[in-house]
Amino acid sequence: MYGLKQDWIPEPQARQFVLEDYESGVPRWCSGCGDFAVLQSLRKLARDEQLLPEKTVVVSGIGCSSRLPHYVKTYGFHGLHGRPLPVASGIRARRPDLHVFVVTGDGDCCAIGTGHWIHAVHYNMKMTVMLLDNSIYGLTKKQTSPTTGKGYSSNTHPDGAMLSALNPLTVTLGITNASFVAQTVDWNPAHLYATLLEAHRHPGLAFVRIIQRCPHFTPDAHEHFQRDPSNVLLLTHPDGIPADDVVLRVFKNRDELDPTDRAAALEHAAREDVLPIGLFLRNPEAERYDLCSAVGLGMSAEKKLAAAQAAVDRFLI
Amino acid sequence: MTAHGRLSTSLPVVSGDKVSRPRAGESLVDPPAGEAVDRPPSGEPRVEVVDQHVVEFVSDSGEGAQSAGQMFGTVSAKMGNGVWTLEIIPAEIEPPPRTKASCSGNRVRIGKGPVTNMGETADVVVAFNEQVLYSRIDDGALRAGSLIFLDNKWAADPDPGIRESYARALEDFGSRGYLVQEVPMHEQCLRIVPDPRRGKNMWAVGLLCAVYQLDVDRVRFEIEAKFGRKGRKVVDANRALARAGYEWALENVGVRYRVPAEPVDETMVVMNGNQAMALGIMAAGIEVCSMYPITPATSVSHFLARSFAAAGGFVHQAEDEIAAIGFALGASYAGKTPVTLTSGPGLALKTEFIGLAVMAELPLVIVVVQRGGPSTGLPTRVEQGDLLAALHASPGDAPKIVMAPTSIGECFHFMITARQLAETFRTPVMVLSDANLATGQQPFERPEVRQEWLAPPVDQSRWQAAVEPYDWDPETGISQRPVPGQRDGQYVLTGLTHDSASRVAYDAATNQRTATLRSRKLATLRRSLKPPEVYGDPEGDLLVVCWGSTRGAVEEAIDGLRQDGENVSSLCLRFLSPLEPGLEEIFRRFRQVMTVELNYSDDPEDPHVDEGGRRYSQLAFLLRAATLVDVDCWSRVPGIPLSPSRIKEVLRQRLKGE
Repeated sequence: MYGLKQDWIPEPQARQFVLEDYESGVPRWCSGCGDFAVLQSLRKLARDEQLLPEKTVVVSGIGCSSRLPHYVKTYGFHGLHGRPLPVASGIRARRPDLHVFVVTGDGDCCAIGTGHWIHAVHYNMKMTVMLLDNSIYGLTKKQTSPTTGKGYSSNTHPDGAMLSALNPLTVTLGITNASFVAQTVDWNPAHLYATLLEAHRHPGLAFVRIIQRCPHFTPDAHEHFQRDPSNVLLLTHPDGIPADDVVLRVFKNRDELDPTDRAAALEHAAREDVLPIGLFLRNPEAERYDLCSAVGLGMSAEKKLAAAQAAVDRFLI
Repeated sequence: MTAHGRLSTSLPVVSGDKVSRPRAGESLVDPPAGEAVDRPPSGEPRVEVVDQHVVEFVSDSGEGAQSAGQMFGTVSAKMGNGVWTLEIIPAEIEPPPRTKASCSGNRVRIGKGPVTNMGETADVVVAFNEQVLYSRIDDGALRAGSLIFLDNKWAADPDPGIRESYARALEDFGSRGYLVQEVPMHEQCLRIVPDPRRGKNMWAVGLLCAVYQLDVDRVRFEIEAKFGRKGRKVVDANRALARAGYEWALENVGVRYRVPAEPVDETMVVMNGNQAMALGIMAAGIEVCSMYPITPATSVSHFLARSFAAAGGFVHQAEDEIAAIGFALGASYAGKTPVTLTSGPGLALKTEFIGLAVMAELPLVIVVVQRGGPSTGLPTRVEQGDLLAALHASPGDAPKIVMAPTSIGECFHFMITARQLAETFRTPVMVLSDANLATGQQPFERPEVRQEWLAPPVDQSRWQAAVEPYDWDPETGISQRPVPGQRDGQYVLTGLTHDSASRVAYDAATNQRTATLRSRKLATLRRSLKPPEVYGDPEGDLLVVCWGSTRGAVEEAIDGLRQDGENVSSLCLRFLSPLEPGLEEIFRRFRQVMTVELNYSDDPEDPHVDEGGRRYSQLAFLLRAATLVDVDCWSRVPGIPLSPSRIKEVLRQRLKGE
């Protein structure tokens, strides 16, 4: 296929995708798990954006939520615990034609994979990163995670977590080149969907923390917010996550946050009296490493050959 | 790449009357400015013709003796001589000056024909101070009769302590039988540059150009090539320095050597192993090099950082060793077979991803430039200690291809083979180099880069929906892989046990079958490998088996022993996994078989060591298990390459012991 464009195959009919085109297998999550909501939103997003299944890659680490790629009929990479971000970066580096989604959990991203989290945000390569945060290790059966609240009892800390939870939002907002930081909840599908859609359309790395409960190990973690939506603070802004009537009807407690104001974003992200959801930061102008890594893409064999030969000849005797 | 160097190991005789020996008290006298220290006797010096010589440049770290040696080596190679260089690298960037720890430099062995190893003790040394020489003494690099050109600036140092230690060292060198000629390096350079610490090295090159009658024009050319980027002024200053050293030597040095060059018909190139690997990566059409800095592998990426873009490639410096291989595997999954570079400690960190690459069948080239271990070990020094770690990288059964180049030319060519094997067998391929190959310069036949070496473009044609993503051929274990972008090829790669559709499967039958198929790929590859060639007679009293960079020294030792009438041969392995076939049959034709390696093994005489508990060197361990032949070993971990004479001595004892 030398010299032919990647999309050279003539399309006899325009392809139209429906939800089923993105469905694969039967999810093996526990009933009541928030992962179902994320899966549904992602499929809906793919359908609405008419993403070519073969041009879409869902990358994950290890954990309950990292099973997600198995349930989407696109390409998928279910790799190692804590390492989905380097893999996704490597996929993105030389394939700007692919849509890259990353599914990671609070253990995967904020514990074993922390280093990659910081650097992937710094690289700001175009991809949608979904942190499915249920504040507990589920697959290994109830161990404290970095986002477990202080005092919460687990199998590794039966007397309760000793330290306060790490805040993934303030961490992400502090990273140079952070370009899209949002938070949403699994129990409001409309806000979840709207957030993922904005994230997917963002030209850079979009980091979305999705607050979830684990039906087995942290069933009541968000009771406080679910029972009384006024404990949730909806961040609004013309340039924020669009909120439809369904969302506005539920979340009455609102605050406007300019997503270009990083200091204000940090302040909101650190709040503990309410659960802020919405867009904290959006900077489509941030530096992007994937624009650097794609240099020389598609170079002809003749040119490569000539360059290699010229490099060898620098050592001629 | 099977040209073997045959070198005479006889050492040249330095004519003592042409060289000044320090007399007590003499070196303390400050020579009158501008006057030569030692005038040669009248008349032209006699030129001594030698088959080979070992030359060293040593200085404090930062004074440039390394680049002086590289330049001397390059010019010699360009004049048609065989060359092997060995870098002498301090572990720190700025160790305290005038100490053993500060010793930095380059050893250059030049020969009439091809040179494959660092040789024996030094014939001629240029030393920028006397203290760094003690580091070379510790490494056994000098002998009675070694000729040393030593900067005399320390004789007149304002610090009486330095003056005294200089005088003491001169006396000590005399008693060791070294032939020392003091040279006014510092003072001469001061006439040209304000800081002779940046300049002495080119003066030293000039000095040895006169002694070895090298082509001065070539030196001028190399200076232009090396310093051209820094501007005209720097080039001119360095040329003036080299000229000054050259002219000073013509006037004041009474020895001349010539290592005649045997002309070769082929066009040659000269470079070190890391440069060769970098060029091999480009010639293989690899587009992604993902790495994290680690000595002694990093310089591969330094070269690529400047040249890769012209060939459409990109160097990713990752945040850590794990991310480096993770990024590479992402690129691999997306269709580009990448390379990742590392050394021992980085290999340790990469093992989980190596397991994933094996399990999920992702092509990847992993270069491991070995250094001393375990742990941080000897970062700048050589060892062959990662063979078993490479073979067994990753828990569980993780069969992978492991190859080891044995020359600089092979460092180049193995990269092309490695990429092709990785893609054909859908597996990681590890290429084990070492610190000796990494920095050693050697000429080899200029490769003509061919289009078929280049990776093909990523296949984006439609996948046949009926074909599963792991459509294993039961005979070979080989399967084709769909790449994102290929319509109807969608699958989810997983590190979990999976069936041919890449569906997670925990059942006994699938796990057994898929493990078998992964292993079968190695068996298939082994069927296509040729039995290794024996160096020497195909049968005899003793067969020495080696791998990697020790080949040159082993073969030179074998040459020497065979000249002495001993019935010995050697064999060098380039494929360690799968092992090259036919070994058992070859081994059975020798009365004794042993390996010689640069890694650790117990000596049978060590306290508490009995035969059942003796820990063998790594290749010996492997060969014993694979062939059931009683393969013995001799191995050491000195951090420096083995010399032919040391190997010869060991083999001679082994032959006597029977």
